[in-house]
Amino acid sequence: MDQVQKPARYIGCEDGAVTPKHRPDKAAWLLIYPDTYEVGLPNQGLQILYEILNERPDAVAERSYAPWTDMAGVLRNNRLPLFSVDTHRPAADFDVLAFNLSAELVYTNLLECLDLAGVPIRSADRRPEDPLVIVGGHCTYNPEPIADFIDAAVLGDGEEVVSEITEVVTGWKASGRTSREGALRALAGIEGVYVPAAYTVSYDGQVISGVEPCWPEAPEVVEKRTVADLADWPYPKNQLVPLTEVVHDRLNVEVFRGCTRGCRFCQAGMITRPVRERPADQVRTMITNGLQRTGYDEVALTSLSTADFSGIEEVVAATVNDADCGQVSVSLPSLRVDAFTVGIAAELQRARRTGLTFAPEAGSWRMRQVINKLISEDDLYSAVESAYSQGWRRMKLYFLTGLPTETDEDTLAIMEMARKCVEMGKTHQRSPSVTVSIGGFVPKPFTPFQWFGQNTEEELRRKIYLLRDDAKKSHNVQMKWHDSRATVVEGLMSRGDRRLGPVIEDVWRAGGVFQEWSEHFDVSLWTEALERHGLSFEGYVYRHRTEDEIMPWDHLSAGLHKDFLWQEWRDALNEVGLEDCRWTPCYDCGACTGYGIEHVVASAVPPAGGSQGTGQPSNGGAVPVQLSGLKS
Amino acid sequence: MTRIRVRFSKLGKIRFTSHRDVARIWERTLRKARIEVAYSEGFSPRPKLSFGLALSNGHESLAEYLEIELVTDEELTAEGALKIKEQLNITLPVGLEVQAIAAASRKDESLQQSVRSCTWRFDIDDLDISSAQDWVDSVLGAEEIVVERERKGKVVVEDLRQQILFIQVVEATDHGVRLLAELGTQPRALRPSEFLAVSDPPLKARYVCRMNQWMLQGDERVEPLSVNAGPAPFATLADVTRRESTNVRTNGRACSDRPNQPGVN
Repeated sequence: MDQVQKPARYIGCEDGAVTPKHRPDKAAWLLIYPDTYEVGLPNQGLQILYEILNERPDAVAERSYAPWTDMAGVLRNNRLPLFSVDTHRPAADFDVLAFNLSAELVYTNLLECLDLAGVPIRSADRRPEDPLVIVGGHCTYNPEPIADFIDAAVLGDGEEVVSEITEVVTGWKASGRTSREGALRALAGIEGVYVPAAYTVSYDGQVISGVEPCWPEAPEVVEKRTVADLADWPYPKNQLVPLTEVVHDRLNVEVFRGCTRGCRFCQAGMITRPVRERPADQVRTMITNGLQRTGYDEVALTSLSTADFSGIEEVVAATVNDADCGQVSVSLPSLRVDAFTVGIAAELQRARRTGLTFAPEAGSWRMRQVINKLISEDDLYSAVESAYSQGWRRMKLYFLTGLPTETDEDTLAIMEMARKCVEMGKTHQRSPSVTVSIGGFVPKPFTPFQWFGQNTEEELRRKIYLLRDDAKKSHNVQMKWHDSRATVVEGLMSRGDRRLGPVIEDVWRAGGVFQEWSEHFDVSLWTEALERHGLSFEGYVYRHRTEDEIMPWDHLSAGLHKDFLWQEWRDALNEVGLEDCRWTPCYDCGACTGYGIEHVVASAVPPAGGSQGTGQPSNGGAVPVQLSGLKS
Repeated sequence: MTRIRVRFSKLGKIRFTSHRDVARIWERTLRKARIEVAYSEGFSPRPKLSFGLALSNGHESLAEYLEIELVTDEELTAEGALKIKEQLNITLPVGLEVQAIAAASRKDESLQQSVRSCTWRFDIDDLDISSAQDWVDSVLGAEEIVVERERKGKVVVEDLRQQILFIQVVEATDHGVRLLAELGTQPRALRPSEFLAVSDPPLKARYVCRMNQWMLQGDERVEPLSVNAGPAPFATLADVTRRESTNVRTNGRACSDRPNQPGVN
């Protein structure tokens, strides 16, 4: 341990951690987040499954995270395997290695973890005694680039399906882990579980000509899993409190899942439909109990757009005024851009008002109609005006560049917006500042932009430099941006197919781990590996797809009708927006109707304070929002 | 506001947490245990806690100190101290344990200023008793152990020998030998890693544990807070080992990653 940085990453001992008793009749899960401990520990999905599995009489679950490169070296030099942080048990002693994949650039870390575990990286090479390798998380909506390495992928919410998988695994374990194919066939029969080995893919040049199930257990199309009501799943009940510092080091309470704002670039908003709110009472109970149990003094109410939560005013008021909770700060990640939001933020940050973050995503109204992020100029500038007038000095604005139909005029509108914010700030503050953060757009599966040919690396870089040069002209505007080379590698895996397996393997063998970390990212590893296998960025990333092209993920389903997505793509090109179906009539995207479930929304009335696709007129510059029950 | 001084141990896996980590753990623990700690004024109020000398990541300790300002003005009674100790010990994570609590005067010098030396225990690998004794003799026999180091761009010459107050070979262990040493902390603390590196090649320690911190009260050497009822000046080796076996108990949930936990027989 004295040879590695931050050894506390590897010791476990968190408040809330368990030391489960392993038994031959219990399926042993090792839940692995293939990034550093600091990034992986707070992951809510992993913690939810950790609790649900350990509550079951027939399962145990422990956790592991990708060892940093120094630790990986120490393990290899000492011939030690990847281990769990809970009981320091070797990874290969578990029945299931379950990976949470939230980002494409961690794929090489998946191989690294398997190799450190002593498990063959390719599914086809695994022996009967090797554990099953299962992945979950948003990346599994196109797991094809890693199809060679995984035994199964789970689509959608994990709360229910882990129990069904556990039953298959206990059966396999009871039989002495003999028939691996038998276990895989049984898994393929579970709704929401995709077993790549059960399908053969054929190609015609760059494009796919067909995907056929080859086992009777495997369905034509694998549907995602959706829990109907979050109220049934008040997890995590015992959120892990780490001994060492991690990201999002606070209590996190998920207030709803799903989002129907309908931003066309946003995969999370598409694949997690419909909206399912947690009852406000349950949210309050989880906050009170969670703060008392953990000792945290900060709680984040998490969702894809927390200001849309029907009970937001009551919950915030109850929390900041609850003497039982002590001095608590509430943070609301993923906020809408409007004055209402600033009103809530003002209630939350009574003392220190330093920075406020908004995500307009695009600079021009035309561009925002294309991406269906329907923030009007009124919404934005009333929010900004409101923030500066109430004492905030720094504004952080998030944007994407490389969006469909984007012209240089649209790109430069980002800086115009930033400058206008600074001007507004000057009427209230002596030295207002605006930080503009630019991300390169990556088209994702199951979004209306899945047909769009991503901007080339050169084009993205040109746009970023265009903005950078423009930003230099105004000294109150700072700019940050993502490496465009990492953006195209992300694009490669986002919409790639099975032929990328050998590329990922090559990059990993060349030492390309922790690719989402700029100090380790190396684009030349990817370029060389692609060339070696006769593949290109052009074929996977830059090329526009046609309507009839078979997508690598067409045999998977997030419930969305493909013709809905195509119509959305056409509407995007025509600059036509689409309203939020929570408060306007259903346009049948498929997410509710296909699964016989519905939105669970406590209020049928759109939230106060903004137009933004609610079907309501914008309230323009009328700002001040009085939160009921709150006194400032 | 009443100020209290807390002595606690840090044993087992939790030794791999940093000084900053431990500070954060204390803040959460005090909130969980519902002990009303005074907060600083201003834009970002912080709980009023002050920690003593930092402990290097990876080292254990039987003698860590912390001072806490409470909201209450009431004087701390023996009963009150015991109650706080119990509340904290059921709340602290495995591996951290309060050993003693007492009232502290706000006029006292800070712990960092007043501590003059620390006694450390080293479990050294690959060294037998007689070579260990030779090593000790040569270190203690040296008139000076001069090292040059760069500090703030300037080359500073330091004599480490002055900071080595005492070394003793205790016993053979499964992997080598156990040493005790008392190292000075003023004007700058000699770190255990520097102590081990006074010879070339450096000694390799499997475990390092801070046993005591010492300050001066008049001419008397005392601990900032003794775990014994009476004072414990000038600990002899016998004292140290006895204190270890009688006062350091594990609470049965020790996060054990090795068989020979200090104090567990």
